[in-house]
Amino acid sequence: MNEHHPSPSQKIRVLVAKPGLDGHDRGAKVIARALRDAGMEVIYTGLRQTPEMIAETALQEDVDVIGLSVLSGAHMALLPRVIELLHDNRMDDVLVIAGGIIPDEDIASLKEAGVQGVFGPGTLTEDIVTFIRENVSKLGVGSKE
Amino acid sequence: MDLVEAVLSGDRRAISRLITHIENNAGDAYASLAQIYPRTGQAHIIGITGSPGTGKSTLVNELAKAYRAADRRVGVVAVDPTSPFSGGAILGDRIRMRDLAGDPGVFIRSMATRGSLGGLARATANAIKVLDAAGFETIIVETVGAGQSEVEIAETAHTVVVVEAPGMGDDVQAIKAGILEIADIFAVNKADREGADRAASALEMMLDLGSSVSGRRGGRGVALHHGRLMEVAQGSSQAGDREARSPDNNISDSTDWRSPIVKTIALHGEGIPELMDAITSHRQYLEASDELSRRNRVRVANELEHILRDELTNRLLDKIDQGALADLMAQVTARQLDPYAAAQYLITGDNHD
Repeated sequence: MNEHHPSPSQKIRVLVAKPGLDGHDRGAKVIARALRDAGMEVIYTGLRQTPEMIAETALQEDVDVIGLSVLSGAHMALLPRVIELLHDNRMDDVLVIAGGIIPDEDIASLKEAGVQGVFGPGTLTEDIVTFIRENVSKLGVGSKE
Repeated sequence: MDLVEAVLSGDRRAISRLITHIENNAGDAYASLAQIYPRTGQAHIIGITGSPGTGKSTLVNELAKAYRAADRRVGVVAVDPTSPFSGGAILGDRIRMRDLAGDPGVFIRSMATRGSLGGLARATANAIKVLDAAGFETIIVETVGAGQSEVEIAETAHTVVVVEAPGMGDDVQAIKAGILEIADIFAVNKADREGADRAASALEMMLDLGSSVSGRRGGRGVALHHGRLMEVAQGSSQAGDREARSPDNNISDSTDWRSPIVKTIALHGEGIPELMDAITSHRQYLEASDELSRRNRVRVANELEHILRDELTNRLLDKIDQGALADLMAQVTARQLDPYAAAQYLITGDNHD
């Protein structure tokens, strides 16, 4: 996979999504603001998103990154499903990261499923910004899928 | 299948990718735009604008649902401001549009202004063209809702709906210049709140004031043609361009359009059928009068002029010798040379007029 950093005139587009039935989105909003302050364009779609809604939003908005925030414990059911749908839409080059309440013992399985970074409570927002900048994949603009 | 073919056949991934290429000014974006351009011009473009907090996104959601129920394919472009400090943006209009999720007849794209003033992103007009060519018959554009000067939507949309809400300020707000002058339709949203009737009356009164404010259809296009291209083209003008030369000329009274005021409660879906009727009436008015073709000419003139200015400026800037520039700037700073003479020198290479 050819990875290079986006040129200054290009913006990193990030979808911050809340799959499942979480009751609040304080954490997701903190992340969204931090990413905006780091110069990224953040699409935030609110609470109670299904994996299908998330994948469709990612497609229409042509995002580079999806940040999935799950507090309810349903991450093992929801996150792999999102990645599966991204695959169906030929969007394998999207960087998928996760946050919220995710036990350490689930991280390995999530990574196997395609989640590239898991950022639990207490993560510094700068670390998430750095991770995104270093791992975002920008295929050449001439690519046709 | 190449990207353009895919867009024209309605492939959603291709639509999305092409809009990204256009936003990022990628090299082949303009070639693709040239290929799709002949297929544009079919859609009815509706602009939704107004101050923040008036309920624009909720209204867009309801309108889009209603057009879907009428079996029209709907494209939505939602524009939000880029932070001038960080260069980033929160694009949150989709939060209010969850009713549209999962409907293949809807395509929603969020765009950040990326420094553009006037309420739209520079790429918005071209993103609309992509949706148009891909077969979306109704395209709703929601602008940045910052206030009086975000009037660029009037250059891009066929029908502009200005959304007001009661309790946003005193009645004087209704007669200020700018955003209110571009309204083809007013929507007083959150009409269940106190002050809704007052807000509607204030707008009616403003319309009654007549010629210098919103409601004068002959004026809208001319006021927005802020360049020179239309005048340059006068030599081969048709009768309709008379408006370009005499700004006070109205279209004849029998075809004049008085902007209707529709009360809505978007959250409950109330007033939406009436709003759709007003939009349809406006479209019919545009087609029946000379107005549609006149606005199209103004739009083309404005767009050509933007492109020309950008292109010529870039070509000129590419040719500037950095050494000569540094020298000139030093002279101007030391008041040995004035900036106009310096610019002339840069353009012509000659500092004698």
